[in-house]
Amino acid sequence: MAYSDKVLDHYENPRNVGVLDKDDPNVGTGMVGAPACGDVMRLQIQVSEEGIVEDAKFKTYGCGSAIASSSLVTEMVKGKTLDEVAEIKNATIAEELALPPVKIHCSVLAEDAIAAAIADIKAKREAQSSQKESA
Amino acid sequence: MSSLNIPIYLDYSATTPVDERVAAAMAECLTMQGNFGNPASRSHPFGWKAEEAVETARRNVAELIGAVPKEIVWTSGATESDNLAIKGAAEFNQKKGKHIITMKTEHKAVLDTCRQLERDGFEVTYMDPLENGLLDLEAFKKEIREDTTVVSIMHVNNEIGVIQDVAAIGAITREKGIIFHVDAAQSPGKVAIDVDAMNIDLLSLCAHKVYGPKGIGALYVRRKPRIRLEAQIHGGGHERGMRSGTLPTHQIVGMGESFRIAREEMAAENERMRALRDRLWDGVKDMEEIYLNGDLEQRIPGNLNISFNFVEGESLIMSLKDIAVSSGSACTSASLEPSYVLRAIGRNDELAHSSIRFTMGRYSTEEEVDFTITKVREAVEKLRELSPLWDMHKEGIDLDSVEWAHH
Ligand SMILES: Cc1ncc(COP(=O)(O)O)c(C=O)c1O
Repeated sequence: MAYSDKVLDHYENPRNVGVLDKDDPNVGTGMVGAPACGDVMRLQIQVSEEGIVEDAKFKTYGCGSAIASSSLVTEMVKGKTLDEVAEIKNATIAEELALPPVKIHCSVLAEDAIAAAIADIKAKREAQSSQKESA
Repeated sequence: MSSLNIPIYLDYSATTPVDERVAAAMAECLTMQGNFGNPASRSHPFGWKAEEAVETARRNVAELIGAVPKEIVWTSGATESDNLAIKGAAEFNQKKGKHIITMKTEHKAVLDTCRQLERDGFEVTYMDPLENGLLDLEAFKKEIREDTTVVSIMHVNNEIGVIQDVAAIGAITREKGIIFHVDAAQSPGKVAIDVDAMNIDLLSLCAHKVYGPKGIGALYVRRKPRIRLEAQIHGGGHERGMRSGTLPTHQIVGMGESFRIAREEMAAENERMRALRDRLWDGVKDMEEIYLNGDLEQRIPGNLNISFNFVEGESLIMSLKDIAVSSGSACTSASLEPSYVLRAIGRNDELAHSSIRFTMGRYSTEEEVDFTITKVREAVEKLRELSPLWDMHKEGIDLDSVEWAHH
């Protein structure tokens, strides 16, 4: 199967590979997929007090399109507010990478990873504020 | 100094290039000046000459497997041979019984044929292999029933290269009076076949895995005791009624020549393959978390099938773009299913998703193997750096204890 130049570029030079401290209150972690399905994505975002994504890191087990989708997402989320990040849809990712139909699930997984990372940071912040209230 | 031809071909179990000697023989059977006649034409020398070439090829194929030429039926390849053998024998003997035994690690040409027979009212038992890929003979004996008419077990597995003990299976089926079919598409030139000593009744062959052309194969059909088949392709009654259709002289001559060469060069070639295979395995076996799939001893020399844990097969193949290999995981199809052969030998999904099959052949060199070792090590290291599963493994997390969000 032929890969698009964009996929090859992200696959060969993946952006923002790495790990953020998942216990940091300002870090949201989303891990989606399953080894049995052949892909697992871990997306982490570092979010400022004002709700701006300052940094993002990923690691992905999966095919080239899955790796490229998550690499692209780390670039897309930086500098955006959480609300803006939540607006990123799989179709945008698929279009940007010119994914063929059989690889659309990779972009869906990337969207899921974003949602999971946002949910994680929101849960952390809620837990924090309720702690403050009760203190 | 380097004479590497990139990309390097290490997928000889998928198909082989045609040997130059074979191509030359085939080229002589096409044009007006060549041997183009219809082997079935009885009324002129064009037909006689073509028939002679076909019969020479038939002898060459028969000789490699210890058969007599009359027992060879030409087909379009191993898929057709498997269909003709299993459907033909099951249908012919259906008054006697409708039970078939095969294995879960068979090629789709056998498995899908059996599925079709199930739809037609036959009953099929699909045996699990042992962890090394081989058939458990004791378990097999227990599955044999009064109404079992056909047993179909492959000789050499196309993915993991393990060699079944067909002689032991044949001894059992012969004693019970059951027809024994063997898919030997991957065997010629790699493992000796003797249909009499092994008590094989039907044997599927093809040319394109032995440096012959694609689109030609044969089915060995035993004459003593005589095995009878229901024909699957009807027409002019060629091949003693078992497979109609004008014989493709050039294809048949190519198959015959490739089998002749295989017979003559098998011993030397196998030694060379074993050295290359060991060189490749020695070059990677110290890597962490890699698993050899299938028995190392009961295996053809040119095959290595390795799972690189925590790395996904398709991305590994993408990293190895200068090397033509195949992945157990059928990710390029929409199915995203890990190799059913590796699942059947008990590999978990991760390992089944992370396998690469390297198959070497006549034109493989030490230089190519060394290049492959370097590239594989680099690619696996790079992908593990990217892999969250590798991180978790390094942290000591048991991946089976994690609740994954299946979707
Ligand atoms: C074990 C086995 N059986 C059957 C086949 C099918 O052979 P063919 O492509 O000649 O029909 C193959 C090759 O793909 C094979 O490896």
